[in-house]
Amino acid sequence: MKKSLWASSAFVVLGLILIFMPLSGYEEGIVALLCINCIAAMGVSLLTGFTGIFSLGHAAYMALGAYTAAIMTVRYGVHWFPAIVAGGIIAVLIAWLIGMPTLRLTGDYYAIASIGLGEAIRLVLENWQSFTRGARGFPGIDSYTSRTVAVGFFTVLGIGMFNLIYSRLGRELKASRDDRVAASLMGFHTPSSRMKALLISAFYCGISGALLGGYMNFIQPSMFDMMKSTELTAVVVFGGLGSMSGTLLGSAIVTSVMEYFRDISQYRMLIYGCLLVVIMVLRPEGLLGSREIWSFIPIQTLRSVFRPMPRPDARPKERG
Amino acid sequence: MSMLLEVNNLHVSYGAIKALQGFSLYLEEREIVSVIGANGAGKSTFMNAVMGMVKRDQGAVFLKGEKLPGKNFMVVQNGLSLVPEGRKVFAPLTVLENLKIGAFSRAGHGDVNKDMEWVFSLFPRLKERIHQHAGTLSGGEQQMLAIGRALMARPQVLLLDEPSLGLAPIIIRDIFAELRRINEEGVSILLVEQNARQALLLSHRTYVLQTGHLLKEGLSKDLLSDPEIKAAYLGTREKR
Repeated sequence: MKKSLWASSAFVVLGLILIFMPLSGYEEGIVALLCINCIAAMGVSLLTGFTGIFSLGHAAYMALGAYTAAIMTVRYGVHWFPAIVAGGIIAVLIAWLIGMPTLRLTGDYYAIASIGLGEAIRLVLENWQSFTRGARGFPGIDSYTSRTVAVGFFTVLGIGMFNLIYSRLGRELKASRDDRVAASLMGFHTPSSRMKALLISAFYCGISGALLGGYMNFIQPSMFDMMKSTELTAVVVFGGLGSMSGTLLGSAIVTSVMEYFRDISQYRMLIYGCLLVVIMVLRPEGLLGSREIWSFIPIQTLRSVFRPMPRPDARPKERG
Repeated sequence: MSMLLEVNNLHVSYGAIKALQGFSLYLEEREIVSVIGANGAGKSTFMNAVMGMVKRDQGAVFLKGEKLPGKNFMVVQNGLSLVPEGRKVFAPLTVLENLKIGAFSRAGHGDVNKDMEWVFSLFPRLKERIHQHAGTLSGGEQQMLAIGRALMARPQVLLLDEPSLGLAPIIIRDIFAELRRINEEGVSILLVEQNARQALLLSHRTYVLQTGHLLKEGLSKDLLSDPEIKAAYLGTREKR
């Protein structure tokens, strides 16, 4: 069976479990938060882990999604579903405007530019008093992000993402990450695939931000500062660059740890910092490295147990 | 014989530095043409300009009389395939995957397997290492892989930038012998090389570049015995 089909079915099962598992109200909230964080992490992972573009400003796209959805639902009475999607789309539009000039940069240079751009967007939101209510924040958002909604978006976007990374575009991104010159010599239009990666990642972050607004019922620009951007990228590195399931695992672990230590909240960042240091020392390549989680399942062994005849097209075990 | 590739009055500069100042060249079908010159003569710049990887200030490249676009990925789709300097194979991918990715730019997907067999017949070493990661190959094997990968695009012109770079002399001889075979099977080759002797021995015609200008051009066998070329590029002197 194709890997993307495996992943899709895994997502459906996971989604159903998360929706129908009996949980207390508090736990439901954590599940919703997990899904929200995972959506944003998937977006950043596509850009950082699969395309090799380091961004330190992706919280800004979350902010755009959050404010778009909040303003549409509160001020214009739009239904939450189109508002969330619109949040994603606005993030994509702004990412396109920003990406046009800045995606010519590579490596550290793009990372630095993205810090500036992220902060610029946050500052606009903070100072555009008449529209966004500025630094006071935006209260009174309906709590439309129920567990079902969050898990639903997570499942659909997750399936989309795993199909994407095994698609032709996914391969183009990985090629341009591994070697941009060689990729363009193979006839890949690398600038356009990099742009697509940025737009898709902005869409995921926008949706995630919009869901976060509905989850918190209140948003303010300082929720989407550089700290948040760094966290997004850190989670991806933590899970393993180039591993989408690693990103999800990393995001789940970091969110749970942060939640677990909520009681001693002034020390949370300390614990978070220690966790990152420990994992980077023990596993510099991140939790899963660049492999996906199912590559750790010993398929060869299972096969030999259940089907003694080796398949003729089975790929020999990797050497070296 | 008919004209396959034509480069007209090519100018390229990096900021204030003029790397190429009006270089022209032509390549006929089934021909091997080499461009030789010292470090900094503009050889790689010339190759990158033809492929659309650096901006051309002036000049144009024609393939079968049609002007090639300036964008790199379009040039590749038009049938030019470059084996880049330093090989640039995808290190984490296997040999097989590297060859498959080479066929990406083709319109049809028909004969990929047939071409793969052809590449393996040219470089049997690659077949032995088909599932090995490209990064673990030796330099010579990586060069073979890079050439094989370029051939998978079924190019009208195969361009090579310094295929001898960093390789042992015996490997260089092997690779150049394979290049001759590839050419005999109908692929036209444009080669940029610092190893002037090998380039002159392999090619039909040669252009000599010096600091962005054409110094000399002619049949390779004539240039091999040209005293000026001998002294400057082949490191031999006339015996008195």
